[in-house]
Amino acid sequence: MALDFEKPILELEQKIEEMRKMADSLDISDEINRLESKVNDLRRNIFDNLTPWQIVQLARHPNRPYTLDYIFQMTDNFVELHGDRNFRDDKAVVGGFANLGGQTVMIIGQQKGRDTKSNLYRNFGMMNPEGYRKALRLMKLAEKFDKPVITLLDTPGAYPGIEAEERGQAEAIARNLLEMSRLKVPIIIVIIGEGASGGALGIGIGDRILMLKYCWYSVISPESCSSILWRSWDFKETAAEALKLTATDLLKLGIIDRIIDEPAGGAHRNHQEAANILKQALVEEIETLNKVKRDKLLDNRIRKFEKMGFWKE
Amino acid sequence: MAWFKRSKDNITTDKPKQDLPDGMWIKCDDCGEMMHKKQWDANSYTCIKCGFHFRIGSEEYFKLLFDEGSFREFDKKMKSVDPLKFTDTRPYDKRIEETMKKTGLSDAIRCGTGEINSFPAVLCVMDFSFIGGSMGSVLGEKIARAIDRSLKNRHPLIIVSSSGGARMMEGAISLMQLAKTSSRLAKLAEEKVPYISVITNPTTGGASASYAMLGDINMAEPNALIGFAGPRVIKQATGKDLPKGFQRSEFLLEHGFLDLIVDRKNLKDKLGQLLKLLAN
Repeated sequence: MALDFEKPILELEQKIEEMRKMADSLDISDEINRLESKVNDLRRNIFDNLTPWQIVQLARHPNRPYTLDYIFQMTDNFVELHGDRNFRDDKAVVGGFANLGGQTVMIIGQQKGRDTKSNLYRNFGMMNPEGYRKALRLMKLAEKFDKPVITLLDTPGAYPGIEAEERGQAEAIARNLLEMSRLKVPIIIVIIGEGASGGALGIGIGDRILMLKYCWYSVISPESCSSILWRSWDFKETAAEALKLTATDLLKLGIIDRIIDEPAGGAHRNHQEAANILKQALVEEIETLNKVKRDKLLDNRIRKFEKMGFWKE
Repeated sequence: MAWFKRSKDNITTDKPKQDLPDGMWIKCDDCGEMMHKKQWDANSYTCIKCGFHFRIGSEEYFKLLFDEGSFREFDKKMKSVDPLKFTDTRPYDKRIEETMKKTGLSDAIRCGTGEINSFPAVLCVMDFSFIGGSMGSVLGEKIARAIDRSLKNRHPLIIVSSSGGARMMEGAISLMQLAKTSSRLAKLAEEKVPYISVITNPTTGGASASYAMLGDINMAEPNALIGFAGPRVIKQATGKDLPKGFQRSEFLLEHGFLDLIVDRKNLKDKLGQLLKLLAN
């Protein structure tokens, strides 16, 4: 699958590929080089001028690496742990201990599926209350054994279901916000795809908030925002623009701390490279946070969120 | 052929409900009973016949809950700014200005100190009439400061919620008010200062997914709509009919998310009773 604005790039790349196949019999290397520099310019031109809505589309790209892709590429010895010890195992969130660059970490993230079947299994990455409680259980486990926590955010929202309400979706998210603010180990948050509102924030309180370049994070999806404020689904591009939901905007607003670069053309074009870039950043961040005294760490964490907001008196 | 179609939009369905009826006579939204404003006042703004709880605002709650003359409001002048320069059908700053003029309020929450049956407390009350009780930066900061006051004097905190959720016009900043209020509540919890959450109709979205559900004691008025997702969203997402009484106070009590349901007429005494028990 290709997004509209990716098509000219992919067409040109395909042409280069075809020419390479002919290059054994013909001397066309100059031509290939010329086209390669052309495709690089084209890609840069398109990706340097993405609209917020295009970034939303990239964040949802079906080939984009998901939580388990990052876990498998970045870590070894990953042992997945299941269940909230109360109701059941929520498949929309995965987590477990793993070795990241020589350090044991607890890594947790929302997990989408790649096709209809796996998407149904994963509930499209939309967590139920037991998912938030499972995540919290794993974080408490990390705290007990003094291991840093990494959470990867990628969800279209918390699941709006009847049973989810019966089991206290709101309470489950609220509890996580409170408990994560006082968890006595470093927490690093990474938005790797969609960061939709309370559903994402429910595992999103931490010491450092990183965000991949082509992701969105906001209080509502542009579609729902359009339907509520404009009373029509047709203003999603305008809403995406107005919500200031891109990494660049959020860095300026002080909501995130750092933008993580993606491979040329987006993370979906090269999972391994995307994971390598993220891994390097995470190793650096953990090293820095490990040096901070624990009570200082907690004070800083609360102060970090305290500062978020704009008002006048 | 269109003889049966309405040619003019003379009936609108989505007109916002009036928070406070004008005039001296009031009709119950639920049973239709007519009552005099003085009867209604004396009955804690509930219907004298069926007990229906009218939607009221901060002014009424302060009057209802605090001992006479003890209320002192703080952070009165704090107002929203427009950090995103957000414009939908109207610019956000215009919307704020108009709402302030219309409601006489400065934002969707007011906070103050006072005494409840002689026990000092910090009380924050949300106003649904201010952009649907939406939570933006002002609300987050006011609650944070109220918690600081609670911490400083070790006075219990009470928040009366009524909210449609986070304020979209502040984008991710409004989402972060969930984080800001919850992390400050963690501090209050560490210091073992009591926090009582009073949930009123309706409380959904961001408020319920943060401070409203985090009380040491969670109480609600009868038949209040309380939930994470709104009923319309759930119906649309699941395609299912919603069970009777779904997301109402009684439903939440039954499922274990509320400690108690308190009729508005008894709210002050119930709070007073708890404050006394926790103080002694």
